[in-house]
Amino acid sequence: MIFVTVGTDMPFDRMMKEIDRWVGETGRKDVFAQIGEGGWQPRHMPFVEFLEPVEFKKRFAESTLIVGHAGMGTILSALLHGKPILVMPKKASLGEHRNEHQTATAKRMMELGNVNVAFDETELRAKLDQVDDLRARDPIGPHASGGLVDGIRDFIFQARGNNRH
Amino acid sequence: MSRTKPKVLAIASGGGHWVQLLRLRPAFEGCDVVFATAKEGYRADVGGAPFRVIVDANRSNKIGLLKSAWSIFSLLRKERPDVVISTGAAPGFFALKLGRLMGIRTIWVDSIANAEELSMSGAKAGSCADLWLTQWPHLAREGGPQWKGNVL
Repeated sequence: MIFVTVGTDMPFDRMMKEIDRWVGETGRKDVFAQIGEGGWQPRHMPFVEFLEPVEFKKRFAESTLIVGHAGMGTILSALLHGKPILVMPKKASLGEHRNEHQTATAKRMMELGNVNVAFDETELRAKLDQVDDLRARDPIGPHASGGLVDGIRDFIFQARGNNRH
Repeated sequence: MSRTKPKVLAIASGGGHWVQLLRLRPAFEGCDVVFATAKEGYRADVGGAPFRVIVDANRSNKIGLLKSAWSIFSLLRKERPDVVISTGAAPGFFALKLGRLMGIRTIWVDSIANAEELSMSGAKAGSCADLWLTQWPHLAREGGPQWKGNVL
């Protein structure tokens, strides 16, 4: 099952239309979409506007592949569940997001080797055509570790009793 | 302080901010931690830990921002944490800003989504974060956020 998601953010019609066209042309029956509130409604695949967090997790767990916007909630969930993921960044210049951070996020995550990225509809279509070949890495651990956790712990426990350090 | 464990308020809006906050849980071992976010539906994520719902808002809705700030002020007054930590966005910024005014120690962990520049909340949080962190080493600077690692 392929799970297409825009997470808790605004709809992403540009991505959804391209995926729907692909589903229509290939006749695939294994694609399910979460389109966001008031999003453009696909014709060739079942969809919902929104999923409660519990249902969202269940969909993730049941899927073999995630296609979504380049939001960190979506990306981290895919890495946690050990699912291959293909993302397309939203563009603020097209009114899809409040700033352009998704393009930078997508590039950096791609460099880490964890995430497949399509920067526009043409690339999305090309990558969808090869989507069954995408493989995930091993899932990441359930929690952060190392320096960040230690640094925060040190701070919490370090200045106990002092108001400021 | 008569309390034996430090009390931590961990607060974030939904989606990616919340997922990142949850990944920091090992940092709160040995603390009394209260989680707060914008949706009741996330309660199951924290097991039995105390969980509070606050009003979310973004900067396109001014009345919403006021309501959000008020709900966070009420929460801080009720819980009286020793430390407030947030991964964003607007509600986290309010929690740090108000927390600072109330003498609470504050931590900002800017979202890993902000790989080219700090988020708007993250940049503003610098003025009210005792510990100000970015998750990207190239964004750390003297007088600015520090880098200690990321949530991955």
